[in-house]
Amino acid sequence: MEYNAAIPIYLQVMTSIKRDIVTGKIQPGEKLPSVRDLAIQYSINPNTVSRVYRELEMEHVCFTKRGMGTFVTEDTNHVVQMREDMARGLVQEFLAGMRQLGISEEEAEKLVDEYREKEKRKSGC
Amino acid sequence: MLECNEITKTYGRKTAIDHVSMKLEPGHIYAMLGPNGSGKTTIMKMIVGLVKPNSGSILYRGVPVNKESRCEIAYMSTEPYFYSWMTAADVGKYYDDFFEDFSMERYLYLLERMELTPDMKTKTLSSGMMAKLKIAVTMARKAKVYLLDEPLNGIDLLARDVIIRTVIEECGPDVALVISSHLVDELERVVDSAIFMKEGRLVLMGEVEELRIQQGKSVVDLYREIYGHGGEA
Repeated sequence: MEYNAAIPIYLQVMTSIKRDIVTGKIQPGEKLPSVRDLAIQYSINPNTVSRVYRELEMEHVCFTKRGMGTFVTEDTNHVVQMREDMARGLVQEFLAGMRQLGISEEEAEKLVDEYREKEKRKSGC
Repeated sequence: MLECNEITKTYGRKTAIDHVSMKLEPGHIYAMLGPNGSGKTTIMKMIVGLVKPNSGSILYRGVPVNKESRCEIAYMSTEPYFYSWMTAADVGKYYDDFFEDFSMERYLYLLERMELTPDMKTKTLSSGMMAKLKIAVTMARKAKVYLLDEPLNGIDLLARDVIIRTVIEECGPDVALVISSHLVDELERVVDSAIFMKEGRLVLMGEVEELRIQQGKSVVDLYREIYGHGGEA
């Protein structure tokens, strides 16, 4: 995984895990790797992983069973909610970037439509 | 766990270490950063008792560092320190004789991970292979404090990954690990705290995630700020 070194690493790893959950790569109720294994898997500091799990727990994305490890929430509604939240976050980021260019939301919407049209024609359908 | 209080070291008129105080706690991986000549090596040598401070004290578990503390502190220096007739297996035996906490089994495992074999002669090793051998033999000790001086120097990218992985594996909750380097971005993800040295003084010490949250800065950004654009980052 590529990191942006100026953004807290725990946030980047949280996003990566959440992405795996909403896309079904990690299933509801599935056991997550131990702190050490995840640290090795992502090549990051074990303390950062502890923080990732702590924060994910606070967001009810996962929970800890004493002596058994960390598990993904079994609440599928929550996973759907997460997916929507993440999508909304991306829209927000996109619009914020457009605003910085002095482009209004309406203009941005038009740009998206135009872009999709062009892509459609390119792929020949 | 390990505490330096106002340590100072002078060589003639030159001050190598200037009133440095710091505390190292178990469960953390520290990056000791700074250009050449900033005092990184001298501090490590003082912690293992190879260099005596002119003033100040170094305490390990509340007691001034001594022979006993050396049994729990593993130091890897930048200079090669093996006899040229030795094979990798001899290096292991040499360590096994010296250090009670040395595990031959772990050493052989690490050699294999580093793609070295016990029959290799140290004389014929390339500098990268020598660097890997030094890591393997140092990390095969079950120490409580590891001081690795420039472990990533002269090592190719793939071997760096192996070394970083080994470091993460070894860093349990009861272990403190210090890695000195000027390859700052290599350490960015692995360490949780950074110690910035400049001209013998400690100029900044902090948790890197906190620095990212509070200042939006990477370790590399801070390095540039502290040492200027002419730095080695």
